[in-house]
Amino acid sequence: MTETAMRAPSHQAALLRALTSFALLRESWVGMVGAGIVAFWIVVAILAPLISPFEPNAILQPFAKPGTEFAEGGTFWLGTDQIGRDILSRIFWGSRTVLFYAPLATFSAYVVGILMGLAAGYQRGWVDEVLSRIGDIILSFPVLVLYIIVIATIGASGVNIIIAITFSSAPGIMRIVRGLVLDLRNRDYVAAAQTRGESSWRIMLVEILPNARGPLIVDACLRLGYVIITIGVLGFLGLGLPPPDPDWGGMINEARAIALAFPHMTVFPCIAISSLILGFNLLADGLREISLRD
Amino acid sequence: MVVFILRRLGFMVLTMVVVSLLLFLLLEISPGNVATKVLGPYSSEEQRTLWLAAHGYFEPLHVRYFSWLGNFATGDFGESIRFKVPVSEVLWPRLANTAILGLATFAIMIPLSLVLGILAGMREGSKLDRAISVTSIATTSVPEFASAVFLSAIFVFWLKLLPGTSGMTEGFSIKQLILPVMVLVLYDFGYVARMTRASMAEVMTTAYIRTAVLKGLPYKQVILKHALRNALITPFTVIMLQINWLLSGVIVVEFFFAYKGFGALLLEASLNQDIFLIEACAMVAVFVAVATQAIADIGYTYLNPRIRFA
Repeated sequence: MTETAMRAPSHQAALLRALTSFALLRESWVGMVGAGIVAFWIVVAILAPLISPFEPNAILQPFAKPGTEFAEGGTFWLGTDQIGRDILSRIFWGSRTVLFYAPLATFSAYVVGILMGLAAGYQRGWVDEVLSRIGDIILSFPVLVLYIIVIATIGASGVNIIIAITFSSAPGIMRIVRGLVLDLRNRDYVAAAQTRGESSWRIMLVEILPNARGPLIVDACLRLGYVIITIGVLGFLGLGLPPPDPDWGGMINEARAIALAFPHMTVFPCIAISSLILGFNLLADGLREISLRD
Repeated sequence: MVVFILRRLGFMVLTMVVVSLLLFLLLEISPGNVATKVLGPYSSEEQRTLWLAAHGYFEPLHVRYFSWLGNFATGDFGESIRFKVPVSEVLWPRLANTAILGLATFAIMIPLSLVLGILAGMREGSKLDRAISVTSIATTSVPEFASAVFLSAIFVFWLKLLPGTSGMTEGFSIKQLILPVMVLVLYDFGYVARMTRASMAEVMTTAYIRTAVLKGLPYKQVILKHALRNALITPFTVIMLQINWLLSGVIVVEFFFAYKGFGALLLEASLNQDIFLIEACAMVAVFVAVATQAIADIGYTYLNPRIRFA
């Protein structure tokens, strides 16, 4: 009873904070544009079944140019691909794929990276030494080379893509968290928690982590952009999610050979993916600008 | 300084050894798989066993690893399954082609990004600064495969100015190099420009620049003689580390434009599970990456007078 009573205001405070930060975001037009683009794609992904003019995998009429009318009704606003699927519908449905896997992979990388960073920064000593060295070694590897070798060997699937992204991104996140923890671990409230006899993991997760969130949120936005690029590149190289389900990178890969004759098949998915990445990058820039101001 | 360089080189060797071990475990842990990949899926059980025995695959794992490592260090990479020739025969010419591509990219990207970054950082918050910042965010948001698609649509499909593939089947051609280089420059210059801008902006707020301005030195002299020297230390490191990014970028670009380079080779080897070629390509990639990182670190300490004279 007392606990819920104490919790309630903190929820309200969190809501208030979220609203304030949104209000702050309005001061940065760059951030607003970014938030707008991201919001647009999220809405598209949610409404994909309602707004898509055709079934994404239905084979209708191959090689239709943008704007072609379909004999059985409807218009191919962005044309169709080489086997006759409507490109606009596939882009709408493809936004679901990317907005599902990219945040999931980023989140998974963050869980691993944060745990490693907290352990390295708070425990110091040999834990820090070992984790930092492992991180250095992974970070010195050219990422795409790593993805290609690992995914080509273990096979292309959604889970494997998430594993590969977690493996290669976690060390970078660890470095950031470790740096923040090294600064925060000497604060008075940490000393107070230690005196109260709280366990190390409780101190790390409850006392330190919430105070390190600012820079991590900005980094997460930027990293989401990179993860979207990665998923796109893997699809483009033919190492992405298995067909036929729509995936922006995969669409570009499938139409690559005839791209010079039918540019609409590759240009529109490219515009879609670039705009989404731009959205996250602008949002990150806006958030950073705000966090620097106060 | 000497101790630092030795430690740095030691770390470089350690990284390569760890990577080689991981690579070996990933690709060669099961001899049966190796034999199937080398001899093809239709080889008989007996053929595979004979091949494995002849190539020492029945030795314990650690013996195999060290003999593999020994062969590797002496330049014996084995034979490519796909190309049916020794790996080194395919690898070095491809690497040379990629070096051409990389050099051309750097020759354009470095001056462009340094000039833009310095101009933006000189007057932080000016219109030019804003414009350059937004442009560089926009260009780094477009992945290489997308800019390759856009540029081909414009220059090949619409304007019909440039060739759409860069296979170089009829000898070397500058014209075929233009699009791949443009794509790489477009993706990379934004990041270097932003880093240069940040470094320049930081230097411009230091006390010695204020002193130089206040004692009445011409603005041009303040920039060229006082600010640039310190502002260019960070970009040097960033550019060296950019080679690591470039390694990823060339894979995409070479695949898109069918350029016969190292990146396309690595991809082809991976997609076809050409084990020995993957191993060689991966080790070359890691060597290039760690070597440039070591140079960046050593160069940074050498260029930074605060560390050099400490």
